[in-house]
Amino acid sequence: MMEDIQSITILGGHSKSGEAEDVALRLVPGDLVAVVGPTGSGKSRLLADIEYIAQRDTPSGRCILINDQPPAPEIRFDMGRKLIAQLSQNMNFVMDATVAEFIAMHAECRDTNLGETGLEELINSVVTQANRLTGEPIVPDTPLTALSGGQSRSLMIADTAILSDSPIVLIDEIENAGIDRRQALDILVQNQKIVLMATHDPILALLAHSRIVLKSGGIADVLESDQDETALLEELQKADAAILAVREKLRKGERLSGSAFRYAEFLAADSI
Amino acid sequence: MKLITVAGPPSSGKTSMLLRVIDWLKEQGLKAGVVKFDCVASKDDERYRAKGVPVLLGLAGNLCPDHYFVTNIEACARWGQSLELDILISESAGLCNRCSPFIRHALAVCVIDNLSGVNTPTKMGPLLKQADIVAITKGDIVSQAEREVFQYQVRKVNARAEILHINGLTGQGKERLGVLLAQAEDIDDLDGRKLRFSMPAAVCSYCLGETRIGHDYQMGNVKSIAIPDVPRPEVS
Ligand SMILES: Nc1nc2c(ncn2[C@@H]2O[C@H](COP(=O)(O)OP(=O)(O)OP(=O)(O)O)[C@@H](O)[C@H]2O)c(=O)[nH]1
Ligand SMILES: [Zn+2]
Ligand SMILES: [Zn+2]
Repeated sequence: MMEDIQSITILGGHSKSGEAEDVALRLVPGDLVAVVGPTGSGKSRLLADIEYIAQRDTPSGRCILINDQPPAPEIRFDMGRKLIAQLSQNMNFVMDATVAEFIAMHAECRDTNLGETGLEELINSVVTQANRLTGEPIVPDTPLTALSGGQSRSLMIADTAILSDSPIVLIDEIENAGIDRRQALDILVQNQKIVLMATHDPILALLAHSRIVLKSGGIADVLESDQDETALLEELQKADAAILAVREKLRKGERLSGSAFRYAEFLAADSI
Repeated sequence: MKLITVAGPPSSGKTSMLLRVIDWLKEQGLKAGVVKFDCVASKDDERYRAKGVPVLLGLAGNLCPDHYFVTNIEACARWGQSLELDILISESAGLCNRCSPFIRHALAVCVIDNLSGVNTPTKMGPLLKQADIVAITKGDIVSQAEREVFQYQVRKVNARAEILHINGLTGQGKERLGVLLAQAEDIDDLDGRKLRFSMPAAVCSYCLGETRIGHDYQMGNVKSIAIPDVPRPEVS
């Protein structure tokens, strides 16, 4: 059932002041959508509506369709948890288990039937993927609660990408996590998921294929990214890489000179 | 009037969740009241009163809270009827895990939070096993994977209940719970109705106030723990 999600559609409701939202947005696997707007504009509400597969029964009056239809109640209220994965703002695990035990438990409840070697491979692939996102490598027998914020977040993302078969992923602000955000999105989108992320980060917003603009509780606009924006994104990414590179050099105690952008190019050359 | 029994470990989020769902019920034109059962102390009644929800507070004190519940619920139901409530919710905390305050044909809701540990569901008795609805709270402080693992553990214990994820702080998920409460069966009278699970056998000398320890002071319904024979130390 979960494999055949071909689309989700967001049908507009109304803003806080009752103004109708003129929106019918259909998303398919591989789509990456940013949700932007000032704090308090209703970004989390929109994600909550999708998570809840709202049927005009939440304060926004929005309706979410799955494969162009209202979902059956059992999908909505139980299986729904598997349809939609959510990466909320929490940055730490509370579960009393090691990284490996946690992955094993998650695999078990996803009905993933693996042998012992299969499980070992799975644990390795999740940890390896997570370690691509964080500068501080994770070891499988570390207790979850001992992971740093960045490590936890990386593991959550790798776990969602690989282990969860949820075709829809909602992300609430990934920017403060201290991880490689671009890689994180790549991993998720590569796995043919529909990804929606609320963000204030210009690079993340421009990485998305389209963005939903929220104003005072309502969807004010849906913008597709265009060539100009893609060009701008490239510049911003260079600047971002430059800052990262400079930070790295400072951390190593090196002296800096000249244009910051040289360091970015240097870093890019380094990693090839 | 409908009678809904809501129970769960202390601080699992019962009151927070109920305040949200009562708001929703009010928007639908339904009047709800609450009777809160606790052991020693509770300020929940003030929280309900502050929101204009009619509330009774019952403290079991030195009685078994479960026995206290069952001997008082009928009078509470009459109180609810006298106020012309559409829904009376009994909120119980401080139960022993042996018990549940669930009554046949009255909708039974178990509230349990994501932070209580992955093994807690398997350690809980009829409170979880016999619920019609299991509301899992505090999902906002754990990861998606932890929510899934926890729900899976709950499912293993109770295959039948509808599982809801509710955020007690924001009320997210309250609409579905509200619908289920509004659809619950009406009850006219509790007299002669049955508990879903028998209460713990009690009435030993300690039930009557005994505090001294020792064989001579134990009377009535007592049960001994099974202890394997310990080899005696050899005397040389
Ligand atoms: N983060 C978070 N906190 C919650 C949630 N639900 C409840 N809380 C908090 O958990 C604490 C306990 O909530 P209560 O609603 O008082 O719990 P209760 O089960 O009624 O407690 P007793 O009746 O005293 O046993 C409070 O500090 C709530 O604010 C939730 O979904 N998320
Ligand atoms: Zn309470
Ligand atoms: Zn008891």
